[in-house]
Amino acid sequence: MIMPINYILPEFEVERSDYRCIRCRVCERQCANGVHRYDADGDIMLSDEFQCVDCQRCVCLCPTHALKIRKNENELRENANWKQNTILEIYKQANTGGVLLSSMGNPEPFPVYWDKILINASQVTNPSIDPLREPMETRVFLGKKPHDIERDVNGNINTELPPQVELQIPVMFSAMSYGSISYNAHQSLATAAEALGICYNTGEGGLHEDFYQYGKNTIVQVASGRFGVYKDYLEAGAAIEIKMGQGAKPGIGGHLPGTKVGADVSKTRMIPEGSDAISPAPHHDIYSIEDLRQLVFSLKEATDYKKPVIVKVAAVHNIAAIASGIARSGADIIAIDGFRGGTGAAPTRIRDNVGIPIELALAAVDKRLRDEGIRQNVSLVVGGSVRSASDVIKAIALGADACYIATSALLALGCHLCRTCQSGKCNWGIATQDPELVKRLNPETGKERLVNLLTAWKHEIKEMMGLMGINSIEALRGNRLMLRGVGLNEKELEILGISHAGE
Amino acid sequence: MKRVYVNEEWCLGCHLCEYNCAYSNSGIKDMVKALKGKTITPRIHVEDGGKIHYAVSCRHCEDPLCIKGCISGALTKDENGVVTIDHDKCVGCLTCMLLCPYGCITTDENETVLKCELCIKNGGIPACVQGCPNRAIIFEEAEE
Amino acid sequence: MKREGEFRNPSGCAIAAVISKEGRRFSAEKIIESMIPMHDRSNGLGGGFAGYGIYPKYKDFFAFHLFFDDRHIKKDVEEYLKERYEIVLSEEIPTRKIPEITDEPIIWRYFLNPLKSVLRSAQLDEKEFTARVVMHINTKMNGAYVFSSGKNMGAFKAVGFPEDVGRFYMLDEYAGYSWTSHGRYPTNTPGWWGGSHPFGLLDYSVVHNGEISSYDANRRFIEMFGYKCTLQTDTEVMAYIADFLLRRKGLTPKEMAEVIAAPFWSTIEKKDEAEKARLTYFRTIYSSLLMTGPFSIVVGYTGGLMALNDRLKLRSMVAAEKDDMVYIASEETAIRVMTPEVDKIWSPAGGEPVIVNVKDGV
Repeated sequence: MIMPINYILPEFEVERSDYRCIRCRVCERQCANGVHRYDADGDIMLSDEFQCVDCQRCVCLCPTHALKIRKNENELRENANWKQNTILEIYKQANTGGVLLSSMGNPEPFPVYWDKILINASQVTNPSIDPLREPMETRVFLGKKPHDIERDVNGNINTELPPQVELQIPVMFSAMSYGSISYNAHQSLATAAEALGICYNTGEGGLHEDFYQYGKNTIVQVASGRFGVYKDYLEAGAAIEIKMGQGAKPGIGGHLPGTKVGADVSKTRMIPEGSDAISPAPHHDIYSIEDLRQLVFSLKEATDYKKPVIVKVAAVHNIAAIASGIARSGADIIAIDGFRGGTGAAPTRIRDNVGIPIELALAAVDKRLRDEGIRQNVSLVVGGSVRSASDVIKAIALGADACYIATSALLALGCHLCRTCQSGKCNWGIATQDPELVKRLNPETGKERLVNLLTAWKHEIKEMMGLMGINSIEALRGNRLMLRGVGLNEKELEILGISHAGE
Repeated sequence: MKRVYVNEEWCLGCHLCEYNCAYSNSGIKDMVKALKGKTITPRIHVEDGGKIHYAVSCRHCEDPLCIKGCISGALTKDENGVVTIDHDKCVGCLTCMLLCPYGCITTDENETVLKCELCIKNGGIPACVQGCPNRAIIFEEAEE
Repeated sequence: MKREGEFRNPSGCAIAAVISKEGRRFSAEKIIESMIPMHDRSNGLGGGFAGYGIYPKYKDFFAFHLFFDDRHIKKDVEEYLKERYEIVLSEEIPTRKIPEITDEPIIWRYFLNPLKSVLRSAQLDEKEFTARVVMHINTKMNGAYVFSSGKNMGAFKAVGFPEDVGRFYMLDEYAGYSWTSHGRYPTNTPGWWGGSHPFGLLDYSVVHNGEISSYDANRRFIEMFGYKCTLQTDTEVMAYIADFLLRRKGLTPKEMAEVIAAPFWSTIEKKDEAEKARLTYFRTIYSSLLMTGPFSIVVGYTGGLMALNDRLKLRSMVAAEKDDMVYIASEETAIRVMTPEVDKIWSPAGGEPVIVNVKDGV
């Protein structure tokens, strides 16, 4: 269809300082979207701003800092109801007739509860602890904890535990499939997880044969598409995760376009090369909680009850009841993904309007499981925009056993949150399968940056534990007295189970 | 002795090393001032062949042909094994350029020879290595 | 101002304990005196004692000590108890009027024998049943508070300095084989009788000095198992944890110490395989019962006591032995009041329990 007028102007403007530009053409070579072009006749750099996604690759690589990407300042007439973006989305849909797609987490200005919670510190009545002088323990075990102690005839305790995942810090890399992200991104995550004594998560795309060696630091995921699932895969990991839902797109499945299914992805996912990888919205063998129980036990049977099973769900309205059901389903760990969680591609409307904040979901679930006396049946892992060490501290104090991070990890790898993963043209070599782009992420650098990030967080976590007078992370778990809310209403405080600052 | 090595796997063909090299050897403090409007004569250059990119610079050979062929004694090996050029002695005959099996010797508008000297005159760590965005160029001890 | 129990109330404090390994019974006179040199560790807002072996005549019955705000609630509680227990004896706890202790509530004690029929229909043993009765009164019957509920033991506490509280309750006239005591320095309360230490459930009593930073993690865990922490004090949660681990989970006092003041992972890693597995097991399943932050506690139970510091030893605590007697106190000076001469005196390391059990039980 020919569209005589394009109503959509470029979202961004390339601002190039002609004084600074030395015509090295690095920007041109590095932009997979083809924004920059050198014109030899005029000895000038030109820009096709329609193609720009503001990924900042050119800005970061420009040796003379000649580039800035700015928001296009062209303004539609101001309207509090019809915001510019709302109108532009109408134009886009009128142009294409398609569902709007976007990536990464919900960018809308919903409340970020982490930012409205403050942490306590010891003063006078109780000493803070200096992490440089005293041991400060951040190790956690995820899994079911037995209710009763068994002893033999001599009174010795049977120390056999249900399978556990041991983490040196209560943070794991959340599920991102091979396919949605690159081989090098996976290698960075796997090697960093190994170095940090934590786990990364395969996502639903299977496990590349090269990465079986990192098995003890790997969580293997079983999602509705069952890509790459077979006995060796299940046995390779430290735990098995059943993905029921994802915070960025609760209630819908996934679609990896055939263009991203190259030879390697095809082999790993066990699907024909070039075919679309469709994950159905539900698991078609799980239409209710009793079906989930069957899958949990099928996976346990398949792995001789040696692997903890995680059930991952999106934070939705009645999450507490859902979690209670999962805790009684035989699952060892519940992972809850908040509505700000990221994705490689999601319908924009769903990403921005479905689900609830992880802070509220976590507080509600932890309380519900305790009220029912079944909190020991499961560990709780939360994700969906855990952005810093203080978010981790707050999550643990609200009741989480550990956090899942993905967006933070991608940022460490160079992601600039341009939110166009769905294009497959990630200039940072992360969300792409194009070999030319994939090689931009040197996994050695990637590993180092991830290890640095979490080493920094670990230091910060220890500092914050110390100032609360806590020297083991377990003593922080569910310790909501360490938190106070600011600017929250009674209901929000009630759900979070915390007092207001000053109380 | 430490040498510059290039790992083709990670070379993106961005050519930043060439500009960093030219800037580093310009003796000028500002990159814009050093390179603006100039045709650069870097001592490292990136070979592009379709999807394959590879930066090439002097290998500092054990038995360098360039030194063997140098008619003026301008090219010598220093105590660390770095092949260096004395611009005062170079007569611009370009014999070395013809002899270098890697094509690593170039020339500038003064017509004396330019080659990689591992930035020993520019502070030690080669500029191409420092500026490589993907660690494709590394500065390491030679593997025996 | 909020009533105690409606807000979190940390306290600094003084503790002392004395026990005869032979099981000889002696009066509380010495331990009362021991609190005098530690006067400045309390601020007059709470003091108390627990004595073991003090009710030999009624040793088969649960001895309930209660505070009542008024006669109406006392009547209600008695009705409630009558439906569940044979009330063997009901009497006012004798006190001595002294100017230092004022505003006392109604202080009563009951010796109770659970009705067999009630136990049968509840399908509970008498301890669990009694623990639930205590929880019920303390959480549901406003104005009544059970502050002691074990057999052949009793806690005595009040608002005041501990040495005055001892005289008030005439504890010099009781004889027990083990005594613990406490002087309180609460940080933000007008002082409430029920909020003083010792705190106990059944025959477990706790006196405690410190402020645990893990409080809410511990509280929210223990509340899963039917305990209701109404006072928001560390001591209350510790008493429930003692009951949970020692009675309900059958741990030994040493094992309890390994849970609440668990060794560091770095220490565990140096142990032999069996010990490593055992300690790792405890740290894994009872990780929410680890207590961090400063504390020194004495847990009293029938036939013994355990003194314990937090694993970093952020509070002072000294132990001593003389003949068959073992003494524990926040400060050595308190021990020297009880026994100027000692055979042995030491400062127990953080997380290392001092466990004293009476010979042949009692």
